[in-house]
Amino acid sequence: MTQLEVKDIHTSYGLSQVLFGISLDVNEGEIVSLVGRNGVGKTTTMRSIIGLTRPSKGSIMFEGQEIAGLPAHKISRLGIGFVPEERRIFPDLTVWENLDIARRPAAAGTVGWDEERVFALFPDLKEIPTRLGGVLSGGQQQMLTIARSLMGNPRLLLLDEPSEGLAPKVVENVRDQVKLLKESGLTIILAEQNLSFILHLSDRVHILEKGEVKWSGTADDLKSDKSIIERYLTV
Amino acid sequence: MIDLIRDLSPGLATLLTNPQFAFIQLMNSISQGMNLFIIAAGLSLIFGVLKVINFAHGVFYMFGAYVMYSVSQEFGAPFWLGALAAAGALGLIALLIERTLFRQIYEAEHLMQLLLTFAIVLIMGDVAKIIWGTDQYSVSYPASMSGATDLGVTFYPTYRLMLCLIGPVILILLYWFAERTRWGRMTRAATQDREMLAALGVNVPVIYTSVFVIGSMLAGFGGALASPFSSPVPGMDATLIVDCFVIVIVGGLGSLWGSFVGALLYGLVFNFGSVIFPNAQDIFAFMLLLIVLLIRPWGLFGKPEAGGH
Repeated sequence: MTQLEVKDIHTSYGLSQVLFGISLDVNEGEIVSLVGRNGVGKTTTMRSIIGLTRPSKGSIMFEGQEIAGLPAHKISRLGIGFVPEERRIFPDLTVWENLDIARRPAAAGTVGWDEERVFALFPDLKEIPTRLGGVLSGGQQQMLTIARSLMGNPRLLLLDEPSEGLAPKVVENVRDQVKLLKESGLTIILAEQNLSFILHLSDRVHILEKGEVKWSGTADDLKSDKSIIERYLTV
Repeated sequence: MIDLIRDLSPGLATLLTNPQFAFIQLMNSISQGMNLFIIAAGLSLIFGVLKVINFAHGVFYMFGAYVMYSVSQEFGAPFWLGALAAAGALGLIALLIERTLFRQIYEAEHLMQLLLTFAIVLIMGDVAKIIWGTDQYSVSYPASMSGATDLGVTFYPTYRLMLCLIGPVILILLYWFAERTRWGRMTRAATQDREMLAALGVNVPVIYTSVFVIGSMLAGFGGALASPFSSPVPGMDATLIVDCFVIVIVGGLGSLWGSFVGALLYGLVFNFGSVIFPNAQDIFAFMLLLIVLLIRPWGLFGKPEAGGH
């Protein structure tokens, strides 16, 4: 079942237009990856969906409701979580406080996320609830930013470059944790540059270039067609 | 020796030879400082979250004093009801101003923000003249606090003693609110990254409105508490806002503890300065400001601005 349907969105920052008619759809429970070099519009697509940068044109339907133009906090409350590339942990709040402010009740009849459950998924965080966000390592910040979004009980998670700047061992951890999230039924849109990360996790892939979707297919299609990887992804 | 000091500064000689006099100066410093802390804490809180320097904070304080006068003297309500009414009235005015005017300028440059808050100063100053005229009014002390209390060393006016105690109470309340409530945690998060907070489902404009209302209520409350000794009169806001700026800059803009320590320092420097050099009493607060700006431009409890010079 289609959970999110993005149709022909155009988004600009001031006078500079970044998205030129992006369309994509995401089914419930899938991991869909947005792939492409820096500056092709992956982050802007996510910012448009969560409402931090409003598209000037086009439609975004989430679970049958038009969300384009709604303020970010309303979109978030409808069930979309955003994990930004820069992590954006509140530096002067503790780990626990970072989680607490994002807490929202779960939909009726579902098991919600709380500290206990996110600490079970990210055991490293359990040891440091009183540490300030500003002094965490990159890996801890990445775990906390995902954990923080989970506290809002999203049904769709926008995950922007989770592997960036992390040591290979930590990237593997994050990959396994994202896999566990998918298995718990969460839908995920993943923006990544790390190809093995993408191929390991994704059901489907959209390749972006200059603010447009240039190629769409399954992860297996992409694996079997080296020419696409060479054309759009290798620098 | 003491004669030499007496020739230079009779006030300093009295301070050194008369412990009761010195003690009273100390208490005056604390009570004035605590009254100013209540007002400056509101200014600092508003800046910390909204990032707007509200020049109209002083005129809010003046309105608090006037509302106190009307409610307690014209309608004969008890003192504390008057003080609550003053806080409530400023809360309402702040709600209106934030929803209609402030909301438009959060993204604007500092000059625009400055112009807007300055316009509010002029408009509200004239509105006050229309409502209350240009007379100076007097507000009575609360009946239970019109006398003096024996502190062992000396007697001290009960009302001013109460001011010394109410400052720390407000400090603890604000600290508790910021650190121990979820609402306070969200408010702190809003000072750090409002966009991220919105993406987590928090309605940030509501936080802004409530912070502005609470900060302005503190100005109104502080004005009501000041009204018995600095009688409501047009222009009373002008000196007050300067005092408040000295305090929050010395303490560090946006820091609660900074406002508290800044207000105490201000009270000490002002009161002891006026006793020692009565002809130069206004200089000392600015010297304090200058010294802090030279040594720690971001204030005693502030943080250097990220990416600053």
